[in-house]
Amino acid sequence: MKQTKQPAASEMRSVEQTIGKILRWGVVVAAIIMILGLLLYLINGSLGVATNYHVKNFHEILFGILNGKPYAIMMAGIFALILTPVLRVVVSIYSFYREHDSLYVVITSLVLVILLTSFWLGIEFHL
Amino acid sequence: MLNSIMLMLLVGVFVGILGSILGIGGGMIITPVLTLGMGLDIKYAIGASLIAVIATSSGATIAYLRDNVLNLRVAMFLEIATSVGAIVGALLTGVLNPIFLYILFGLLLFFSGANMVRKLWGKNSDQITHTDDKIAQDLRLNGSYYDKNLHKEIDYGVTNVPTGFGIMFGAGIASGLLGIGSGAFKVIAMDTFMKMPLKPSSSTSNLMMGVTAAASATIYFFNGSILPQIAVPLALGIIVGAAVGSRIMQMMPTRLMRIIFIPILLYLGLQMILKGFGVTI
Repeated sequence: MKQTKQPAASEMRSVEQTIGKILRWGVVVAAIIMILGLLLYLINGSLGVATNYHVKNFHEILFGILNGKPYAIMMAGIFALILTPVLRVVVSIYSFYREHDSLYVVITSLVLVILLTSFWLGIEFHL
Repeated sequence: MLNSIMLMLLVGVFVGILGSILGIGGGMIITPVLTLGMGLDIKYAIGASLIAVIATSSGATIAYLRDNVLNLRVAMFLEIATSVGAIVGALLTGVLNPIFLYILFGLLLFFSGANMVRKLWGKNSDQITHTDDKIAQDLRLNGSYYDKNLHKEIDYGVTNVPTGFGIMFGAGIASGLLGIGSGAFKVIAMDTFMKMPLKPSSSTSNLMMGVTAAASATIYFFNGSILPQIAVPLALGIIVGAAVGSRIMQMMPTRLMRIIFIPILLYLGLQMILKGFGVTI
């Protein structure tokens, strides 16, 4: 059992290294956007939107960013952060595929499908 | 404005350190600070907690993946149970009386707290199980990690896979139905039921937590419960705290982790049971 275990452990190691690297970039990008928004909020002294306003779709975020609204930039950073776990699942599927671990390609793909289903349920039906 | 940003940054660093060490989200710290301390509506506290869970998860997972502490196969396999559970929980809102769930989960937290106390004082505390569990072997769940406190590579076996899977499903239902981060339950499923060592349990929970939270995050994102002026400094503080905490944890004796974890489990258990009876603390 020991002999079959060693190569499996090193395979897993490289999978984890790859995901770790990509995940770091995701977090860094999200953090940079959040810091920019926060700095702009501090400089302007306001969020640049009405008090009770909240964003309802991606167009509003894009429009807000183009108009240099601190609110929109900070929300974009938060959304980038929300995407990092999704990114983690997607990269895991690819890494397992590269390691010829078909069982875990199936398991991880199933996780992605469930995750996307819940996104869809949330956006369409406001679960 | 600057004061509240500084406060959120500091709270974030603290939550990030504690959360990344124990594999929990830190909603139990953030919610009282925001509602009691800053007089914010509970709706915004939940939104901020959700972002905090994702920030802790992503911030800590970087180090845990790099240092090979967490178990990616266990995470992905169990994530099926939690994410399906979360959807079922959301669907059951309004159908099921949450009282029973609060009490049930409160008792589970107490049971796990007691179990951890037993491990703390037991002779063979934190003995590694080497089992020939058929399901764990078929799913290749057994793993190993390098313990920076003991300075050695530790091979471990995983057992009671169906029970762990069931607890994870329950944890998912709880997070969907009650709107709680279920990090504590995730650690319990792995540490108490599947007999994994505490460090891989905590770091694997950290990875899973973010995926579960991301599933419901888009709803909160577009329904106005996320205040960026609160969530952004909190998240930035947490990313820093989690990066620090995930390094500290690897150096820590497992015993010390349990000593920190036990009162938190008991507090959470008490909080849930009281909530079941309509008392919020």
